[in-house]
Amino acid sequence: MKKEKLILVGNGMAGVRAIEELLALAPDKYEITVFGEEPHGNYNRILLSHVLSGEKPFADTVLNDRAWYEKHGIRLESGRKVVAINRARRQVIAADGTIADYDKLLLATGARPTMMPLPGSHLFGVMSFRNIAEVETMLDLARPGRRAVVVGGGLLGLEAAYGLKQRGMQVTVVHLMDKLMERQLDAPAAALLKRSLEERGIAVELGAETQGFVGGKQVEAVRLRDGRTLPADLAVVAIGIRPNVELAQQSGIHCQRGIVVNGSMQTYDPRIYAVGECVEHAGNTYGLVAPLFKQAKVVANHLAGLGHARYEDQPLATKLKITGIDLYSAGHFGGGDGYEELVMEDPGRGVYKKLVIRDNRLAGALLYGDTTNETWYYDLMRDGSDISELRPNLLHGHGHLGDAGHSGAVAVASMPDETEVCGCNGITKGMIVKAITDKGLFTLEEVRSHTKASASCGSCTGKVEQILAFTLGGDYSPAPQEKPLCGCTEHTHAEVRNAIREQHLTTIPETMRFLEWKTPDGCPKCRPALNYYLISTWPGEAKDDPQSRVHNERVHANIQNDGSYSVVPRTWGGLTNAKELRVIADLAEKYNVPVKVTGGQRLAIPFIKKEDLPKVWATLNDNDMLSGFAYGKAVRSVKSCVGKGLCRFGTQDSLGLGVAVEKKFWGAWTPHKFKMGVSGCPRNCAEATIKDFGIVGVDSGWELHVGGTCGVRVRATDLLCKVATDDEAIEHAAAFLQLYREEGWYLERSSAWIERVGMPYVKKRILDDGAARQALAERFWHAQQFAQVDPWQDRAKSDRPDYEYAALEVVEAAA
Amino acid sequence: MTTIRNEMQWIDAGPLEAIPSPGARRLPSAHGDIAVVRTGSGAVYAIDDRCPHKGGPLSQGMVFGERVQCPLHGLVIDLPTGFAVGPDTGAVSTYPVRVADGRILVGLLPQTASAACGGGCACAQAA
Ligand SMILES: Cc1cc2nc3c(=O)[nH]c(=O)nc-3n(C[C@H](O)[C@H](O)[C@H](O)COP(=O)(O)OP(=O)(O)OC[C@H]3O[C@@H](n4cnc5c(N)ncnc54)[C@H](O)[C@@H]3O)c2cc1C
Ligand code: SF4
Ligand code: FES
Repeated sequence: MKKEKLILVGNGMAGVRAIEELLALAPDKYEITVFGEEPHGNYNRILLSHVLSGEKPFADTVLNDRAWYEKHGIRLESGRKVVAINRARRQVIAADGTIADYDKLLLATGARPTMMPLPGSHLFGVMSFRNIAEVETMLDLARPGRRAVVVGGGLLGLEAAYGLKQRGMQVTVVHLMDKLMERQLDAPAAALLKRSLEERGIAVELGAETQGFVGGKQVEAVRLRDGRTLPADLAVVAIGIRPNVELAQQSGIHCQRGIVVNGSMQTYDPRIYAVGECVEHAGNTYGLVAPLFKQAKVVANHLAGLGHARYEDQPLATKLKITGIDLYSAGHFGGGDGYEELVMEDPGRGVYKKLVIRDNRLAGALLYGDTTNETWYYDLMRDGSDISELRPNLLHGHGHLGDAGHSGAVAVASMPDETEVCGCNGITKGMIVKAITDKGLFTLEEVRSHTKASASCGSCTGKVEQILAFTLGGDYSPAPQEKPLCGCTEHTHAEVRNAIREQHLTTIPETMRFLEWKTPDGCPKCRPALNYYLISTWPGEAKDDPQSRVHNERVHANIQNDGSYSVVPRTWGGLTNAKELRVIADLAEKYNVPVKVTGGQRLAIPFIKKEDLPKVWATLNDNDMLSGFAYGKAVRSVKSCVGKGLCRFGTQDSLGLGVAVEKKFWGAWTPHKFKMGVSGCPRNCAEATIKDFGIVGVDSGWELHVGGTCGVRVRATDLLCKVATDDEAIEHAAAFLQLYREEGWYLERSSAWIERVGMPYVKKRILDDGAARQALAERFWHAQQFAQVDPWQDRAKSDRPDYEYAALEVVEAAA
Repeated sequence: MTTIRNEMQWIDAGPLEAIPSPGARRLPSAHGDIAVVRTGSGAVYAIDDRCPHKGGPLSQGMVFGERVQCPLHGLVIDLPTGFAVGPDTGAVSTYPVRVADGRILVGLLPQTASAACGGGCACAQAA
């Protein structure tokens, strides 16, 4: 069968949602072309507020990327504005002359911001807040310390004000009415909101009429009717929107305020449908996505030829997306004749609740400061339920009805299946539960992509998570309290490491792909962790990724606060000699810098410039001195006392063992820095009992201590065991280190790891079974073959020792 | 007809491969040090090489997404805008970048550098 041609004009939230719904019902019925004035794919306009405030990057707003259009065979004509419809020939014509034929046409041209015909409105820097291009301009102009004036104290204006404030601007909101968000709030709620905004440093001018904008080319101030001028480097006008009916009107399609449609979303031309903010249905126009997505469902149903869905208006609910301000307003909250009001006010806590009742039915709800029961109220309102029975507890909320307290989990358990959880997308609890159980979903991301719940404005995220936890019950991730490794993933350290081991993953991109990382290349939290897990799990196989190393490890030196570096060569066990000292002294002289003895008994050469590092290393290497790894999450120095060779109290050769241990253990990468110490007798001059691994000489041999740390927190070691010989001490150290390397989380010191798993567990793994201990130690020695590479030598001997160390050079002035 | 003057001066910062992707390098210039940053997706940005917190060298930071993290105390700069990512505040100047024939060109305007603007502007106060 030949496909019919469907054209969508308006590549925005409502139109593309209609196409998605249509593809789900009748994937092959149409050959689809989409015209969009904006040069992007379809993005989530709602999130522009979060982009402005810096809480989300632009990338997070993408709803349908170009690959999506390609995958579904949809022709995307982005950057093309449709300027005419020839209804007789069934063609649309774009501004650049492109002509396309249709059998069915869907208009979803959205709305345009209302601009005031005021003097100076044309000035650069006077703008509305509607699309990506405008947000980009705002971000260009928003420099810390500059001033912004937002005209309009409605939802959009306040979100703009908050975003610009977050960007460091001085922000004033100018509002014509005597209270903020007057269409959604009553006087007490509006006063609370004003207070919250002022606490955030946003100035609010009520009852102030804007008379014009002042400036040369660029706006410099906003003038008010009362004669005042407010200095402004940026003026955002957000006083309302009106349906974008221009195209429809010019083409002779019946419009009033919006394009008039019937319950099937059909216009007066039966081949032409319309959805979104451009339409007018039963006298209503729209400004929030929830009703638009319902319209999209209806229009898809008709375009698919099913013809049985009808669109009906439902009460609207509004939330303000300003972090830390909880505000919910729905239905008829104003009250008046024939209405009763239930009110609860707690100004101290900043909580205000008002429920409006008519004929024993909930007609409106206004919640400020505590919005926990919003969905319950919404359901009562939408369903027109009789609330006579609930009345005594109505204000206190759902949790009070049972006897089980009011934690979120209980509320979720008692929530009926029909309760709408995601208002934007009309997703009920039942639909989420069904998706979780049928499709075996485990994470929020999965629920989002399968149901779209919490994928639009995000304010229901907490509830979706609770439903997920409640539905999965005991199955909900093996360690429910454990947090994901970072914001780039839902997976915990344990899950990441297991995946690397079980799937034999050896590179960061491969691991990110397998575990469905949410960001293209991670962040400074996950990348070093992944790099560590890879190289410690697959020594010799996984390749180290220098760009995923923390800075000091990447440049093999410690950056100092002035941007120079300190170089710490290894002096085995803290033992050095005249030759090494001479080399260090020469370097100090050459670069005119001091020498510092470090806490770990090493000599540090500070104040070396980055470009000089390779030269300093070459000199040290020529004299057989290696990197001391004083900068790494790695085995650091082994601190040792002089021991029985010199000391009159000494019972064991701590210096000899210290040197031997350092020679065997240097180069090993560990979850966090790993310090060792060897003392010759219990007087413990090497302070071995605050080291990650401490060895203390006694008459009969050595005591082995683990899990000490001395920093912000001081923790003395736990005694692991006593051994008789040096070899045994070394084998136990290797086994312990390997266990920690394999099971400690990245950035978890050995002390924290031991507190997490418990000393009995560590003893069991290392002491109970000699063969198991040897196996651990074997794995460590195997890894050491690949780890004991001196990074300095590597660099100094390479053919481009300067690469990345020298600064870039300006080659020439280009034209 | 009006003629439009363009005072932008483009300096050649060398071949694209001189910067690892993702990675960054320091570029000394008449306007002070500039951090030239190349992201994993291949975009190149140029920003002042001075962290708004305590002047850390941003060219030495870890690059991820469209961001770079200061090596000293971890402040994160959004490369397209030059702003610190919340909750931190502050900003650095950004410079236009072009890549032509595999070479990186960085555009300098006399007024973009705080050294040249005399330090009286909001950007200098923020730093
Ligand atoms: C900053 C901001 C925050 C918001 N926050 C919320 C919120 O928290 N909750 C909520 O529910 N809603 C919110 N909204 C409103 C919501 O984004 C809109 O209701 C929704 O995007 C409307 O969808 P639409 O498809 O009708 O219009 P749009 O998404 O605007 O899509 C219309 C598209 O059509 C294009 N177009 C117009 N004319 C033509 C033409 N002739 N040819 C080609 N293309 C054309 C336009 O360029 C546009 O891309 C917010 C809006 C903004 C701007
Ligand atoms: S720990 Fe014992 S052996 Fe070592 S220096 Fe101190 S007293 Fe001497
Ligand atoms: S100097 Fe950059 S974070 Fe402190």
